[in-house]
Amino acid sequence: MKSSTICQEWLNSLPPTGGYLKNEQSIGREFLLEKGMPSKKDEAWRLSNLNKLNSFLSLPRIIDNKDMKSIFPEKDENRERIIINPNKNPILNINLPNGIENLNNREIEDNIGKIVKSTNIKNDISVYLNQASSLELLALKVKRNFNQSLEIVIPSIEGKSISTRIFLLIEEGAKLDLLQIFTGKNNSAQNHLIEIKLEPKVELTHGLISLGEKKESSSICTLAVEQSEQSKYSLHSIHHGWDYARYEPRIIQSAGEASTFIKGLQVTKLKEQIATHSLIRFEGPNGKLDQLQKAVASEYSHCIFNGSIEVPQKAQKTEAAQLSRNLLLSKRARIDTKPELEIVADDVKCTHGATVSQLQDEELFYLLSRGIDNHHANSLLLKGYYDEVISHFPKSARKWNFIEKLIQDVKK
Amino acid sequence: MISSTSETILSIEDLHASVEDQEILHGVNLVVKEGEIHAIMGRNGSGKSTLSKVIAGHPSYKVLSGSILFKGKDILELEPEERARIGIFLGFQYPVEIPGVSNLEFLRVATNSRRKELLKSELDTFEFEDLVKEKLKIVEMDPAFLERSVNEGFSGGEKKRNEILQMALLEPVISILDETDSGLDIDALRIVASGINRLSQPNSATILITHYQRLLNEITPDFVHIMADGKIIKTGNKELAIDLEKKGYEFIDKNAKEKEMAK
Repeated sequence: MKSSTICQEWLNSLPPTGGYLKNEQSIGREFLLEKGMPSKKDEAWRLSNLNKLNSFLSLPRIIDNKDMKSIFPEKDENRERIIINPNKNPILNINLPNGIENLNNREIEDNIGKIVKSTNIKNDISVYLNQASSLELLALKVKRNFNQSLEIVIPSIEGKSISTRIFLLIEEGAKLDLLQIFTGKNNSAQNHLIEIKLEPKVELTHGLISLGEKKESSSICTLAVEQSEQSKYSLHSIHHGWDYARYEPRIIQSAGEASTFIKGLQVTKLKEQIATHSLIRFEGPNGKLDQLQKAVASEYSHCIFNGSIEVPQKAQKTEAAQLSRNLLLSKRARIDTKPELEIVADDVKCTHGATVSQLQDEELFYLLSRGIDNHHANSLLLKGYYDEVISHFPKSARKWNFIEKLIQDVKK
Repeated sequence: MISSTSETILSIEDLHASVEDQEILHGVNLVVKEGEIHAIMGRNGSGKSTLSKVIAGHPSYKVLSGSILFKGKDILELEPEERARIGIFLGFQYPVEIPGVSNLEFLRVATNSRRKELLKSELDTFEFEDLVKEKLKIVEMDPAFLERSVNEGFSGGEKKRNEILQMALLEPVISILDETDSGLDIDALRIVASGINRLSQPNSATILITHYQRLLNEITPDFVHIMADGKIIKTGNKELAIDLEKKGYEFIDKNAKEKEMAK
């Protein structure tokens, strides 16, 4: 890893450190100043298209209010919507539903940055880039024993690079159904850092829809979640349409005794590259994980999945299953999938598997033999393939039209 | 239902076909007219299923020579979906499970493809639900099966009923039913057979591929053909199937040998 001129210029262009993220900004900037951007020698970035990464540094960051002109589908009656404006304090002008409050300064100070730090990722570029440049924070807590639905929308801005930072504290016994939507416009870049702390007996259903809608849009999203005992976390994600996207979900079961369900889907076309680097660590016994990661790559595109699971000595009786299923629709497309299981505990059940296949000829013939044309038959099969992931999203999420986008774009 | 003026639906002449470079069909000849029910019997590996796949246009099967005419038109250049749309229906021996694809949506898309060909209006979701509920009665199928993925987790009998339901919706001109009776208990066999009988029309035809006489007790064929080594070697009426059930295929072999000797 070495410093590059573009990185230094970018650091120089940032406003002085300040606000309640001052300390975080300093950490990120100092790291980047010293180490710079990643190179192919860094294992975690070995397959990454580093040229595409530069757009995070080269695009302007100053955003005028007139730049914000996204139009979104109507919000759900039962789900409060927060639209993040990266220019302003995002929690202004938001009607928080009963049971959701802003964190006070003390709570922010006590919590911010701790979860992501505990994931112990070496040379954590995705995070440092965000820390260095995020100016505002959305920090909320869902109060004890409340049951809420929330939608957080992060629009991108054409020709600009943005960073957003979110912290959620979900108090004991609370239930939250959270839907997050990222959209990417022409020639834009966005870096999101989300930290979520689940206190005991919390149930969080987390849908993440990440849609690069136009050409040359890039996204980095780091999601760090700490689960206390008896908490249940279900994460469903879709990444589609980004020229470059890197998604890093990291989940720490801090005392074991918790359940994690992950269903992820990434779909690439043209020359796009989308990567998921997941980490799940069990810091105590009796933890459960069920992870399914699906990828579909067509044309010249590239999908990457790197799935780490860490089961140290103290995590006895862990039950973890990871499956990576991949569909390669073109001879020129590429899929790299790598499970990484580090198991020290000796009384555990851990399984993993990876498959790469093509659309099944017999399934296709069955549909054709019923008069369904080739294009439609392929769409139906793809929809069927996606179903294992998309069926977990609430029905109301369909208004974001992601199913249509996932299907109409795929070419062999 | 056969009359002397019946139009020929399917005419197969000296058909040779292969799969994975191995010739399976060695000169099949078959003529099927409106209103007719044909049964094709024969040992495993005699070419019955290959014949059905070739007629439906399965891309793994290659026609080496010969012809297949549907209502006088050569169909060998047609894609499988085009053959289906003009009214050729293949009932699969092993209906394919397609996880994640709703059976209801699949049936609606298929039905609308055929209706378009018949210059009928396409059905929206609600109109289609009314139609499919009507057709479900023919195969005594639980509407809950519509909500599931195509054939996924269906028992053998349920899969075959789903095939006949598709036949009912698509209103084919010719139905080739490949071992529709296999894997069915007696009650399911009666239901499926009664469905096939109800769907027979004076202007359509059916080819039943079967191993057993028991299906032919429920559906009376006009012709019974015996296939061996990729050819139809004997054609008769229902009595031929009864003879076969009694005496086994050895009796056919013996007959064939005697014929050979007489030459």
